[in-house]
Amino acid sequence: MELYRAHVLVCGGTGCTSSGSAGIIDKFNEELEKHNIKNEVKVVRTGCFGLCEVGPVVIVYPEGAFYSRIKVEDVPEIVEEHLVKGRIVKRLLYHDSVAEDQTIKSLDEVGFYKKQMRIAFRNCGVIDPENIEEYIAVDGYKALGKVLTEMTPEQVIETIKASGLRGRGGAGFPTGLKWEFTRKAPGDKKYVCCNADEGDPGAFMDRSILEGDPHSVIEAMAIAGYAVGADQGYIYVRAEYPIAVKRLTIAIAQAREYGLLGKDIFGTGFNFDIELRLGAGAFVCGEETALMASIEGRRGEPRPRPPFPAVKGVFSKPTLLNNVETYANIPPIILKGPEWFSSIGTERSKGTKVFALGGKINNTGLVEVPMGTTLREIVYDIGGGIPGGKKFKAAQTGGPSGGCIPAEHLDTPIDYESFIQVGSMMGSGGLIIMDEDTCMVDIARFFLDFTVSESCGKCPPCRIGTKRMLEILDRIVSGKGQEGDIEKLELLAKNIKASALCGLGQTAPNPVLSTIRYFRDEYEAHIREKRCPAGVCQALLRYVIVAELCKGCGLCARNCPVGAISGEPRKPYSIDPDKCIKCGVCMEKCRFNAIKKQ
Amino acid sequence: MKSLKELEEIRQRALESVNLRKERGGTRVVVGMGTCGIAAGARPVLLAFLEEVKKRNLRDVIVTQTGCIGVCRLEPMAEVYRPGEEKVTYVKLTPEKVRRIVAEHIVNGKPVTEFTIGAADKQ
Repeated sequence: MELYRAHVLVCGGTGCTSSGSAGIIDKFNEELEKHNIKNEVKVVRTGCFGLCEVGPVVIVYPEGAFYSRIKVEDVPEIVEEHLVKGRIVKRLLYHDSVAEDQTIKSLDEVGFYKKQMRIAFRNCGVIDPENIEEYIAVDGYKALGKVLTEMTPEQVIETIKASGLRGRGGAGFPTGLKWEFTRKAPGDKKYVCCNADEGDPGAFMDRSILEGDPHSVIEAMAIAGYAVGADQGYIYVRAEYPIAVKRLTIAIAQAREYGLLGKDIFGTGFNFDIELRLGAGAFVCGEETALMASIEGRRGEPRPRPPFPAVKGVFSKPTLLNNVETYANIPPIILKGPEWFSSIGTERSKGTKVFALGGKINNTGLVEVPMGTTLREIVYDIGGGIPGGKKFKAAQTGGPSGGCIPAEHLDTPIDYESFIQVGSMMGSGGLIIMDEDTCMVDIARFFLDFTVSESCGKCPPCRIGTKRMLEILDRIVSGKGQEGDIEKLELLAKNIKASALCGLGQTAPNPVLSTIRYFRDEYEAHIREKRCPAGVCQALLRYVIVAELCKGCGLCARNCPVGAISGEPRKPYSIDPDKCIKCGVCMEKCRFNAIKKQ
Repeated sequence: MKSLKELEEIRQRALESVNLRKERGGTRVVVGMGTCGIAAGARPVLLAFLEEVKKRNLRDVIVTQTGCIGVCRLEPMAEVYRPGEEKVTYVKLTPEKVRRIVAEHIVNGKPVTEFTIGAADKQ
């Protein structure tokens, strides 16, 4: 083995790859070659570091220098200064990683990472996901070895039950119980499946785990296979995640090559293998019964439950179905023990949760925090607050199935129950931050529009009901809302929730209900005053000229494409709202800030 | 994979490749790699440190480099920082001297006084 004195870790997650990290890796190799230190410095493509906002990210060890927003042009300087001469290029470091006295903080001290705790994400950004030996080096497959050689399936299930781990896909069902049901279900052939059909807008936790640490999911599925008595696994992943699919394919092939998948694993007689199933990206296929139909090659449509998958799943056999993040938690629980895991978190929600932080927030990216951390800590301490010093309005959790948590509940601790209490849900972990410029009616409309187009159409409440709700919302945002619309929405929502066939329909009204609950005044302003308080809904916007500020220069009138502005020179002009098409050109052109949106 | 032992062998072998990527609180060896240092033979010195550290399986030792330390006439130089102790600066290094420094200072905690900058100044 060569001796490397430094490692250059380049993020190969989807975010950094799309901002050019592949070119950066090539350039590093080229420059190292040029300086003849290629055999001293190793370049590694890793998974996501989490801080996608400042990508592409490059970390150089042993110093732990955290370079952010690196361009290909910056690479020669890093190689020459840092790797050849040993001088860290401070100019390119992530701003928060340089302390006031100009020394470099360790990563744990950086605000973004300080309050995080990485369990599911433990290897992302640390190992090369395409190299099984690096996974083994960080105790990979040790949990599988321990389970197969030292534990009975019942002991494994007891361990998972004792850890208090609950499903990370959103519903929060106790994982150990699910395993037990599947084990106890009668049948000689059973399956273990992984739900990697991550579909919530803005969520990318599962993708990043698959891209950064695919072996952890494979190992956990093999453990689950042993526990429930299955010898075949399926990972259902969307084809829209090409990097995840590629790394999974490589990982499965390597695991087979090392005898960690296949026949007689660890010489114990246990057989287990995994196949990939690529989904075409239908949101409904994240629902468990639709997902299993799709695995079988049928149309991805849900069916009524019971029977639950634990009894009748893939090919009508008992099937265990867990989410990617849930699986990623399994190996550490086996190795460190259930007491360790259950010591983290709140009374009923144990461990950590990964969130995809997005929207109006400074540090867009992935964060993993212990349960019980408050939303305020995520938004302000980890997320770095809201750009432009704007005010926090609400956080949207759980995607199209969840709801909004307003500012008054910012101190809500993160766990399954408290999120439901404030009218939202944990969901898979999308966390979209909204500031004062966000219209809550428009947000509700956006999510409903998503579920309407993703509804599979099998059951009428979802197919027709959500469509009617969307029509009412469309009416409201276009200024044609009627008295009684809010009540109609509430009634429809109640009925859809009670009667839809699957989770998609049952939760589709949630964004509407939670925004009505906390922001009813905004709905009323749209309906009664035909006004959008946040100034978002185009149809309700009015451009007006503030007479005191207008100098009467006529620049706006000359630039208005529809001739809606009139007036006399040196006197305040005015806009005819009937002619105005709300293009905003006048506001852009005015030199005195005399034009306002209302 | 036929046994846990086999897995452990792979793990030991592969540990080398990821061990560098941890925050460590152990000894830091900084080799001066300015033009002066390189010209005086700093690269074999650096490689000797790396080899010795690996051979002895010293997982908590970082070998890194820096630019010109400032006393070019005494190159190749290296500084050894042990936690809680004064920095020790070694001068006019050779791979042979490095092996003694690793054995006596880094492993056993006794600086090799005759190679230090203080000793060089007295000559």
